[in-house]
Amino acid sequence: MPEVVSSDTRVDELKEFMAQFKGKPRAEANLIAILHKAQELFGFLSKEVMDEVALAMDIPTAHIWGVATFYHYFHLKPSGKHTISVCLGTACYIKGAEEILNKIKEELKIQIGETTSDNLFTLQEARCLGACGLAPVMMIDDKIYGTLTPKKVMEILQSYRKKKA
Amino acid sequence: MKKSVIIYINDKPYQVESGQTIMQAADKLGYHIPRLCYHPKLSIEGACRVCIVEVEGMKNYVASCAYPVAEGMRIRTHTKELRTARRDIVELILDNHPDDCHTCERDGICELQRLAYAMGLRHRHFEGEKKNYEKDLSSASVIRDPNKCILCGRCVRICSEVQKVNALGYAHRGFKTVVMPAYNMPFSESVCTTCGQCINVCPTASFVEKNYTQELFEKLQDPGYIKVAQIAPSVRAAIGEAFGLEPGRAMERETVAALRKLGFDYVFDTQLSADLTIMEEANEFLERVKNNGRLPMITSCSSAWMKCMEQFYPDLIENISTCKSPMSMMGALLKTYFADKIKKEPKKILSVAVMCCTAKKYEAARPELRVNGLPAVDIVVTTREIAWMFKSAGIDFVNIKGEDFDKPLGLSSGAGTIFGVTGGVMEAAIRTAYEIYTGEPLMEIEVNQIRGLQGIKEGKLDLNGTEIRVAVAHGLGNANALLNTVRQDPGRYHFVEIMGCPGGCIGGGGQPYAGSNSTPLDEECLKKRAEALYGLDRQKIIRRSHNNPDVRRLYKEFLGKPLGEVPHKLLHTHYKAKEPRGIVSQEMTLR
Repeated sequence: MPEVVSSDTRVDELKEFMAQFKGKPRAEANLIAILHKAQELFGFLSKEVMDEVALAMDIPTAHIWGVATFYHYFHLKPSGKHTISVCLGTACYIKGAEEILNKIKEELKIQIGETTSDNLFTLQEARCLGACGLAPVMMIDDKIYGTLTPKKVMEILQSYRKKKA
Repeated sequence: MKKSVIIYINDKPYQVESGQTIMQAADKLGYHIPRLCYHPKLSIEGACRVCIVEVEGMKNYVASCAYPVAEGMRIRTHTKELRTARRDIVELILDNHPDDCHTCERDGICELQRLAYAMGLRHRHFEGEKKNYEKDLSSASVIRDPNKCILCGRCVRICSEVQKVNALGYAHRGFKTVVMPAYNMPFSESVCTTCGQCINVCPTASFVEKNYTQELFEKLQDPGYIKVAQIAPSVRAAIGEAFGLEPGRAMERETVAALRKLGFDYVFDTQLSADLTIMEEANEFLERVKNNGRLPMITSCSSAWMKCMEQFYPDLIENISTCKSPMSMMGALLKTYFADKIKKEPKKILSVAVMCCTAKKYEAARPELRVNGLPAVDIVVTTREIAWMFKSAGIDFVNIKGEDFDKPLGLSSGAGTIFGVTGGVMEAAIRTAYEIYTGEPLMEIEVNQIRGLQGIKEGKLDLNGTEIRVAVAHGLGNANALLNTVRQDPGRYHFVEIMGCPGGCIGGGGQPYAGSNSTPLDEECLKKRAEALYGLDRQKIIRRSHNNPDVRRLYKEFLGKPLGEVPHKLLHTHYKAKEPRGIVSQEMTLR
């Protein structure tokens, strides 16, 4: 797990980002933007990062924790190298998205929201990726894969594993 | 002058001030619209929808807690349709609530239960999904049970708005929303000051104190112990309410009698150790004044304030009086002086404190307050817990014949009595410090400038030409404002009193729940409790701590001089900056 240390330049960047709001009226209203920035820098929101935000912005950690847990966008644990989003929207669902999802869960031995032990994949569910014509679909990072079958899914996962090797 | 408007409630015209909500206007006119998440001391949440009313011309019902009155507004408060809607709303709240009223700690004194009854919920239509979370039992004082939470948010609001501690927040969303400390940390590791105000405002048993009644019942049966109780001033001012008595009726001697009936061998008064606190604290203060010590000196009696101070005001540690709280002073005496006196081993003494406070449970567990390796106080029970024990044991508290405290630690001055109300410690200290410094007794013994429920109070005192400026704050939010002033202008005050709870100890987190006709922390109720203590003070011949003959004897026989070697060992303590993980609280940052 990445630790926040003062020598980490990402901390400086986050602090710089927060500095622009300081002293402005309702500075705390920028919390979501700040958490976005933090996640962009660190990949997820660790307690240490949220503590930094709390101190710099004078926002209670209990409140930051509330915002961080409210939005699915924010990750509280480190994500894998690749994020798989399986669409469970209506069209995909009818076309067998559940089977696809179960196959991935079985293959990677993780549940939704979890990351594989080799840190390669994080699994997420998605609600319509706007590619219903290709249902069932999934997205890995920002690439869409359509007309999936369990067999095709296996091949795709394999290709990412090979890339790593 | 505010503009007035004419509104109609249930077709009756009323002239009311504009700028208030329908609920506020209706309250004054005798319509108590049912409510749940609303609390007069807190911001408006509008979450529960129980307080809906019909407003002519509006398509939907409006939440009366949040909707302002307007000229010509026609409001209906209890039509058949409204009553059905409200009943359904409460039923839906209950659907996710555990159906365990008959085994619940708040059975019979539960606001949700009362509301369901008043809404006429006699039949349940749905079986909702139940929550299944673990209780947080980590804190020495406060237990959090998310399963009973109905998300009214009063706890979150009192913690952030009144106490400004911000220990609690909402986490997650929708059905999975849970009120919890940051990072879902155990309470014991959070910034929770253990003040217990969340318990006071919780309408269910989602927050309760850590209960020691069973343990105490067991120990009271154990012949191996000498069982000794001490009672905080504010317990006697409020315990009657738990038995349906009007607020403000002091039940001092009745409580003593009931504790004996419960099985205590000795019943002592925390007010005596409050007198002792004053002897030490007044001398400590004068010492600081004479020797240019760190000022303002800040009081240290309130345990929630102690935890708060160590977390948020470590820069002020040197300002804090080193005096232990009266409870811990009494505990220390019980395990030394008193044990000697009755020729018993200190470990055979069961030291029980009956307190208006939940934070005292935390204080009792603080390791540095142990005396010769033993806890100074073995068990702390709140006013609520002891009232329940009286009921459970079948003690007829209301009709009991009063009895006197035991010797040698039962006699107190009026100064010790008023410790329980905001400004009381300061007033008591002034009564004594004045006389020590000037050699003359203070004539105007009732220091009115620091009485009352105003958030921050200031006063001045003339000590033979030296002006002493004092300030008093109650509730940690008010304390925050006052201490920020102190930080900016350290020379402004010489002496500052801080109490963690609104109203002081009389509004403590362990006091009886509000009854069916009152709101938690109702100011009128607090005023009556305060008046009960001021009344006891007025009845006393001895109203100055240093005139308490038992305190004098204690110094003569055992303690020596105030601030001397024995008091230093037994009656004083020290503090350490604490930095609970990842914590910061708005307006309380150290930067």
